[in-house]
Amino acid sequence: MSREWFSLARWWSIVLKEVLQLRRDRITLAMIVGIPLVQISLFGFAINNDPRHLPTAVIAADHSEITRSLIAGLQNSSYFEVTETLPDEAAGARALAQGRVQFVLNIPADFTVRLIRGERPAVLLEADATDPSATGNALSAASGILQGVIDKDFKGPLAALAGGAAPFEMRLHRLYNPEGITQYNIVPGLMGVILTLTLVLMTGLAITRERERGTMENLLATPVLPLEVMTGKILPYIVIGLIQTTIIMLAAHFMFRVPFVGSVLALYLAALLFIAASLTVGITLSSLAGNQLQAMQMTMFYFLPNILLSGFMFPFRGMPQWAQVLGSVLPLTHFNRLVRGIMLKGNGWVELWPDVWPILLFTVLVMGVALRFYRRTLD
Amino acid sequence: MKAAAAIDVRELSKRFGDKLVVDRVSLQVQRGEIFGFLGPNGSGKTTSIRMMCGLLTPDGGEGHCLGYDIRREAAQIKRQVGYMTQRFSYWEDLSIRENLDFVARLYQLPRRREAVDRALEDLGLASRARQLTGTLSGGWKQRLALAACMLHEPQLLLLDEPTAGVDPSARRDFWEELHRLAARGISVLVSTHYMDEAERCHKLAYIAYGRLLVQGRGEEVIASQKLSTWRLEGEDLVNLAQRLERTPGVAQVIAFGAALHVSSHDAGLMDTLRVLPGVRRVETIATGLEDVFVYLMSHADDNFRQGAP
Ligand SMILES: Nc1ncnc2c1ncn2[C@@H]1O[C@H](COP(=O)(O)OP(=O)(O)OP(=O)(O)O)[C@@H](O)[C@H]1O
Ligand SMILES: [Mg+2]
Repeated sequence: MSREWFSLARWWSIVLKEVLQLRRDRITLAMIVGIPLVQISLFGFAINNDPRHLPTAVIAADHSEITRSLIAGLQNSSYFEVTETLPDEAAGARALAQGRVQFVLNIPADFTVRLIRGERPAVLLEADATDPSATGNALSAASGILQGVIDKDFKGPLAALAGGAAPFEMRLHRLYNPEGITQYNIVPGLMGVILTLTLVLMTGLAITRERERGTMENLLATPVLPLEVMTGKILPYIVIGLIQTTIIMLAAHFMFRVPFVGSVLALYLAALLFIAASLTVGITLSSLAGNQLQAMQMTMFYFLPNILLSGFMFPFRGMPQWAQVLGSVLPLTHFNRLVRGIMLKGNGWVELWPDVWPILLFTVLVMGVALRFYRRTLD
Repeated sequence: MKAAAAIDVRELSKRFGDKLVVDRVSLQVQRGEIFGFLGPNGSGKTTSIRMMCGLLTPDGGEGHCLGYDIRREAAQIKRQVGYMTQRFSYWEDLSIRENLDFVARLYQLPRRREAVDRALEDLGLASRARQLTGTLSGGWKQRLALAACMLHEPQLLLLDEPTAGVDPSARRDFWEELHRLAARGISVLVSTHYMDEAERCHKLAYIAYGRLLVQGRGEEVIASQKLSTWRLEGEDLVNLAQRLERTPGVAQVIAFGAALHVSSHDAGLMDTLRVLPGVRRVETIATGLEDVFVYLMSHADDNFRQGAP
């Protein structure tokens, strides 16, 4: 092989051509802005609502002043609305399973007696947490209500009980969804999902399109190097990725008031890393795919496990072991944690590193595959 | 390096799967020569051309283009070769000027603007430079492709059916241009299915089933098959043709309008033909390229089988 060096001028001519073509491609342009806006509106508004008056059933085997004020306290918070009273736990379980109520409050028969004896009895609040955003706020309110009831009722002879540790405990059971995603999970999570979808798809299509239309043959017959073609074609998509990141960040901040405590620079760096990972996947898929349709199918094949196993759709810790292992391979899993870590926790380099190296490793490995299948000729 | 032939390939072979598509093809094109590459559909012309400019790696054989090794020095070859693909392969969503400009950038032409302007002027497309290429008619696309592959003033042109779908007057202009280029020392390998174009080439090669059957100047190609040809006039040509095909010694019968061309390896067949019932007139004519090519095409299969173990 005679050496032929990478030429910036030729590379730049590919970039310019790609930009020209992109500018004429209205649908793709609309997708660049449209996908983030539509997705964020669809997914995002689900998190901002703060559902109240959630149907609640009470299984009260004990009727006393204290249990009554407990129930009244829940009712007054406006999160809970007692819609029915049930005889036993089996009936409560049925009501939850049928979705008739969101919560079941279970007060045991000897609650008041044990409370006065100072035995710290428990009330059980069971929640149907299939949709954690529906129950999250109500559940966090429950402990405040608990405190309120104590302050109000434990006066006079019972004041001693109010002083130290809480005289009874409220056990929360989130059924069906053990982790309970925080409400800020979705908007940051969307960033990775949108970047994956648009970047893998668009680079895959951009390269297979040249092959499908026969223009690749023309390119390969000129002095331009395949490496110049590949990298020249993806540069515009890196810019597109950064634009999308910005759109999502602005939407998160202004539309959804997601707190942003970390560094903006760190977020862009993380986004660049993730964009690089997605682009290498796109290039690899495009060298495996023969035409645009195949590239599209392969993108979907890659996209689905990313959505399902990365902790975006389902809480990561709630997944079985094998799924967690699979999920940890995917860059989206780590990018989700990076974005949440930076935006919500203000994490720095040390805390971020455990999720940075897996993306780096993934990118390097996939790039190896891409180079392996990388076609210099038409063979 | 300068003295080297424009194309000199030996025993080039290519297989796709277990199908041998190009089978030990050797051909030489001298500088300043227009070399016609003929053969039926699927005979391996495009595949051979792709191997010559480094787009496909040969499975066997070796060769040089403009003195550069086709396996190891593809980069140098690409710089000095203009390759026009059989299928239109410019960007339909770019305008005519943008396409030319892009190609000029890829070759890093020093006076890009001027080169593009001149090409547009020569094409007669200066006024439509901003039109999207996808909206051009087929023949105009073909002419644009040709202009684009000559933009960097290559030393060797590899043209894969450049005039398919181009109207006769544009075709004539095109061939005049090719001859002007050849006179300046530029070499051309051009594949075509048109006989009139074949006749305008300095040299010809005929390929069938991946095998090069003949190559040389037109007269040499004709002479190589040692055919004698007669023109027959008579009644009921369809029946006559069928009868002729069964006549021993007749190699081929082709209908040419109101007459038949009969070819044979036996120069004395004329006496047999004259006395056939229904034949009115027989005259000896020179065997033409078309007679030879049709003969080659129909007998290539037989040769191929005989050649196989
Ligand atoms: N990429 C490929 N994969 C498999 N087979 C191929 C490929 N390219 C060409 N072929 C086969 O190789 C044979 C020769 O094809 P080629 O395009 O070289 O023919 P051609 O002489 O240019 O024909 P035409 O006159 O129709 O252009 C054909 O049988 C074709 O099906
Ligand atoms: Mg062909």
